[in-house]
Amino acid sequence: MLLKSTPMDISVKPLRQVDIVSVSGRIDSATASEFDNALKGLLERGRKRIVLDYTKLDYISSAGLRAMLSGLKAAKNGGGNVVLVNVNTRIADTLNLVGFHSLFLQFTDLVDAVDSF
Amino acid sequence: MSIKRQLVVPAKHDQLAKLALFVATGAEEVGFDDGEVNRIELAVDEACSNIIDHAYAGSVGYIQLEIEIEPDRSLTIVLLDQGQPFNPESVPVFEPCQSLDQMRIGGLGLHLMRQAMDDVCFEFGVPGMGNRLTMVKNL
Repeated sequence: MLLKSTPMDISVKPLRQVDIVSVSGRIDSATASEFDNALKGLLERGRKRIVLDYTKLDYISSAGLRAMLSGLKAAKNGGGNVVLVNVNTRIADTLNLVGFHSLFLQFTDLVDAVDSF
Repeated sequence: MSIKRQLVVPAKHDQLAKLALFVATGAEEVGFDDGEVNRIELAVDEACSNIIDHAYAGSVGYIQLEIEIEPDRSLTIVLLDQGQPFNPESVPVFEPCQSLDQMRIGGLGLHLMRQAMDDVCFEFGVPGMGNRLTMVKNL
């Protein structure tokens, strides 16, 4: 399936202890800084339990992977975590290529992801 | 019979999606499945990001992308730029590992390019062309 080149969109849904960050479209060098800033913004406010909802994410490049890793390290240093939900096969393959599949907990159900904290 | 196409764009990050779509269309015509198309997109994205960030490093320039489609056989991608030469040997080798503490992110882009493609060849100062990166993926 050929995917249209969609821009990235981010929304953050704060729950009591967990934030759900939903990302759609493409995370590449053009958009990764916005993604990185969203994660850093949460972490700087002490919000260190993050669910990345990738249900509508089509593509991620190394720029996005760097932001993910940076976010994960900061969250874990503060006693939190970053987990993933609904990772499609394209994104899963990219994560596998760089060994990230062993670093991030992955879920297929949003409730399970939130309950993991 | 092979099909050749060319796209020239300003070396800017907002052109990456356009470059990716151009290459993905060609990759589908060769016959690659969705997973391989994603990997080919990744290789081109990483290569073009390197050109924008390191070869041109903020200065004005262009990226010339050429693809050669051989249906049921291969996709050849050639990227040309007139920026500063980029020495891939100077980039640390990325090594995926299990430990978060040990994970170092340097060289990630090159790692993805080499994982995605069968051949990756850098040439610098090619007369009349500048820097040339050739990547080949066989079906």
